Amino acid sequence: MEIDALKEKARQVRRDIVQMVYDAKCGHPGGSLSAVELLCSLYYNAAKVNPKNPKDESRDRIIYSKGHACPALYAILGDLGFFPKSEFKKFRKLGGLLQGHSDIAVPGVEMSAGSLGMGLSFAHGMALARDIDRKNHYVYAFLGDGECQEGQVWEAAMTAGSMKTRNFIAIIDRNQIQNDDFVKKTKDLSPLVEKWKAFNWHTIKVENGHDFEEILSALEDAKKLDGPVAIIANTRKGYGVSFMELNPKFHGMAPSDEEFKKAMEELK
Amino acid sequence: MSSEAFEATRTGYGRGLLAAGKKNENIVSLEADLGASCKTAEFKTEFPERSFNLGISEQDMICTAAGMAAEGKIAFAATFSIFTERAFEQIRNSVARQNLDVKIMGSHSGLHTGEDGSSAQTVEDISIYRTLPNMNVVVPADFVEGEAATLAAAETSGPFYLRFGRNKTPVIYDENYKFELGKGSILKDGSDITIIACGVLVSESLKAAEILEKDGISARVVNMSSIKPIDSELIEKCANETELIVTAEDHSIIGGLGSAVAEVLSERRPTRLVRIGVQDVFGESGSPEELYKKYGLDAESISEKLKEEVK
Repeated sequence: MEIDALKEKARQVRRDIVQMVYDAKCGHPGGSLSAVELLCSLYYNAAKVNPKNPKDESRDRIIYSKGHACPALYAILGDLGFFPKSEFKKFRKLGGLLQGHSDIAVPGVEMSAGSLGMGLSFAHGMALARDIDRKNHYVYAFLGDGECQEGQVWEAAMTAGSMKTRNFIAIIDRNQIQNDDFVKKTKDLSPLVEKWKAFNWHTIKVENGHDFEEILSALEDAKKLDGPVAIIANTRKGYGVSFMELNPKFHGMAPSDEEFKKAMEELK
Repeated sequence: MSSEAFEATRTGYGRGLLAAGKKNENIVSLEADLGASCKTAEFKTEFPERSFNLGISEQDMICTAAGMAAEGKIAFAATFSIFTERAFEQIRNSVARQNLDVKIMGSHSGLHTGEDGSSAQTVEDISIYRTLPNMNVVVPADFVEGEAATLAAAETSGPFYLRFGRNKTPVIYDENYKFELGKGSILKDGSDITIIACGVLVSESLKAAEILEKDGISARVVNMSSIKPIDSELIEKCANETELIVTAEDHSIIGGLGSAVAEVLSERRPTRLVRIGVQDVFGESGSPEELYKKYGLDAESISEKLKEEVK
């Protein structure tokens, strides 16, 4: 997909995120909005997915570990046709398909998430299974930066770094904010790139994780490297809606009626 | 009891894993630096490409196993039972919630672990794992059943927690034994009381029944290795046929076999119940024999207690 078309997708995905969380009256807009360009780059360009056959053996696996920020994932999967967009209205509602945290019952979702820190291990298990079966698809793990405070992330990083697992790419959405506050005020992760490097991963830093050209180029480079690759992408939590941007309040809160109107106006 | 032979149930795991691996190429073995203790060596020698040592990181091991299971593998993940508990939330959220083919092997369970002391002596694992939806919980009574239950887990879809012991214990079954998930079995019949036991306490209960026999008390002994699903019909039948039900386990009396049997009895046929097990305390260092005597889990203590109960 061309950059202009991707930008248009990103705008629509942001509208769907805000609408979903507003309709549900709860959910996690901040970490969804920060992940939009990274996820769009994967799903519309870099990764091979098959909405007609979500379990296509040859598909690339995208393991979304920051499951609270599922509105972004659902918006894209719905747009790609993995399930009808009419499900958006039932997000977080009894009997709806779209659970409050991403769930494997949803076509296109590879892992039930919700507890942080588990996705990298899970993705690595999928990569090891692939290597036993001598297949060549890529396995992507999509993590938040706050999530990297979980010890299990580093257990898995050490395992994959030590095994030199190929075609295995972690994407870290470095949106700077966790549930309560800024990451650096809570438990500073810096230097994050160097940490991944020290665990024997290739690292690629994306200075602007909202710039499609830079993200796509990083993904293309990552696919050519032998061994695990961590793409650390600087993003801004709540990006695209002025009053949500870098505002810890919108980690897990729905906009009010007024805020909703203002957000949708900005995302026109 | 068929013979004087002794063997550890964890050795049965090693045998079962190897046999399962030979039958099905989707079987993979994961461990967290305790492969030798969990008896995975023969599988590793036979199938090196299907063996993974994740190092000392149980949370990573469990979710790696879950990822492999999501790709169609049947993943056996082995460590000491206490360290499986370190990954409890991973087991809940990555394994049980997604109903994946991960078979968790917990070795060195209970006070029978002995000299290592209370840090390793899990007395709560049965309790916590049986509360998880989709999870099957099996506690083999001997080496033969250890192998049979491992094979059964390989051939039954869904998550399992298999509980094994460190030390050698009497071999009860012969090689023709067939394990059936959800079924208990009467090893010795009796008309006064029924002792429903699991794990090492099955052989201790058989010995206790022999002692009781000399005092004119006829005790039935049931091996309830399948704790979840549990054999409710058999429990109800025993309650109909004997006046007192006794449970016996090397595990806390809270939440384990005793509680599982109490749940069945109180709903289906209220019956007086005596729970033999660890009385809401942690263990300590000592030989398994010394510990069993001190904590009331050996045949003599069981028979003494039951003599008082039927007075």
